[in-house]
Amino acid sequence: MMEFVAQVGDTVTNCLAYVGALASLVTRASYYAFVGPFQGKHPRWQGAVSQAMDVGVRALPILSLITFFIGLILALQSAYELRKLGALTYVASAVAVSMSRELGPLITAILVIGRSGSALAAEIGTMRVTEEIDALETMAIEPVDFLVTPKFLAMILMMPCLTMWANSMGILGGSLFGVAQADFTWVRYIRSSLDALYLRDISTGLIKSVMFGITITAVGCHEGFSTGGGAEEIGRSTTQAVVISIFMVIAVDLVFTALFFFVGDR
Amino acid sequence: MPESTKESAQAGPVISVRDLRVQYGELEILHGINFDVELAQTLVILGGSGSGKSTLLRTLVGLEKPSAGQIWMKGQNLASISRAEMDEIRKKIGMSFQGGALFGSMTVGENVALPLREHTNLEDSTIEIIVRLKLDQVGLAGFEYYMPSELSGGMKKRAAVARALAMDPEILFFDEPSAGLDPIIAAGIDHLILQLKKAFHMTVIVVTHELASAFLIADRMVLIDKGQIVAFGTTEEMRSSTHPRVRQFLDRVPEPEVSQELDYLQMLTENTRKAGRMAGWRRGA
Repeated sequence: MMEFVAQVGDTVTNCLAYVGALASLVTRASYYAFVGPFQGKHPRWQGAVSQAMDVGVRALPILSLITFFIGLILALQSAYELRKLGALTYVASAVAVSMSRELGPLITAILVIGRSGSALAAEIGTMRVTEEIDALETMAIEPVDFLVTPKFLAMILMMPCLTMWANSMGILGGSLFGVAQADFTWVRYIRSSLDALYLRDISTGLIKSVMFGITITAVGCHEGFSTGGGAEEIGRSTTQAVVISIFMVIAVDLVFTALFFFVGDR
Repeated sequence: MPESTKESAQAGPVISVRDLRVQYGELEILHGINFDVELAQTLVILGGSGSGKSTLLRTLVGLEKPSAGQIWMKGQNLASISRAEMDEIRKKIGMSFQGGALFGSMTVGENVALPLREHTNLEDSTIEIIVRLKLDQVGLAGFEYYMPSELSGGMKKRAAVARALAMDPEILFFDEPSAGLDPIIAAGIDHLILQLKKAFHMTVIVVTHELASAFLIADRMVLIDKGQIVAFGTTEEMRSSTHPRVRQFLDRVPEPEVSQELDYLQMLTENTRKAGRMAGWRRGA
């Protein structure tokens, strides 16, 4: 019994320490991103732009395809229930609201974890193993500043953009069903989607997407930095980064959704 | 510590290490190291695998924190200075890592230019000239647009040296400069170290276990074994040393083997028991 309690205690402390380490990494990265340039440090915009290309622009084709399908699936699934009530016209609003409040940000985050979160861990992990991180330190270049800050900037910039794109593609996917099966015209479908959406639906989704971006960067980079020696360690930290990122993103999602639910007035 | 260490060689050692101890968790790696390095001298740190020589080098460049003792470099004690002060010192030292540690996503030229871009406000055209100059110094002129993956092992090491030289350091550190290179390329690297010392009066500290290279480049040598200094002196003093551990290292004598079968079996049992105790102790901890 005592052993069990001790184990639970250990696990809780470890989890708290992990979250603490992530928070400290985020604090340092945001310091270098937003305060550093005013104190004569090099701004990292140039690196951020090329990272943004990687994280954002190159993700567009696959993201478009996935969220188009998700929008279509959502329309089909909600039509299944709505048809019983003879309320097929509500398909448009059901798809628009659930895409922008929840699925747009979440699917984007999961895709970005798979494409970029794992790559962050692998890249920084490899640099750790080949002593490149040590080399940065001996050159008096702060590794967090040099490596994490551009990725951090790129992520908080691109996540909302990708999410907006995902929302639009989802609505477009839904409209395919609307036009083919629910007697909508394209224009009427889009208009009723827009009518159903409040600014709040979109903004909560975008706020969540920024939080997801921060979480993914923090977990990916932290796992990269804590890579031990050896090639198999890089594989381990990459897997770890993906698993922990997905869990953390969903936890953050829950926290913010609950927050918006209780604080919201709608 | 006087401030004018740079002006005159008499002003005192460039680096003084006093009773240095380094721990990884519970395990102490270095048990009280003492030595001095004079200006424009080459110190070779010799030692077998696991002797603590790499830890010593990492501590000297500030990658490991000492658990006790002092390291005086440029008038400051590395054990007790802030990160910002350490960074100021780091701008005046260069370090060449065992595998080169070049950034794979940048060209050789960008690698060499990196410290300049980070720490100076020089024009791009000036940086370009400096990069060409540094690459020329290490015999890699014309390679600035190559990626590190396109270079051979020896060229990577040379490029790493060029990067270490970028900020015109006063002290240069080498971790195993000739490890993994064929004898001819390794001799080339030794020659490069000698040249740099002669031409720029640099203080050089080299960690190695290659004896031939050590005797060629060293002014002074220090032999480390199990985290302690066994011998310290000039190459001549080392050669004529009668210390059993020095002789064993220089004459390349393997650890004594057990000749009797019974003793051999007893040694195996002892080791197994010791390992079991260690594992038990770890589980308990």
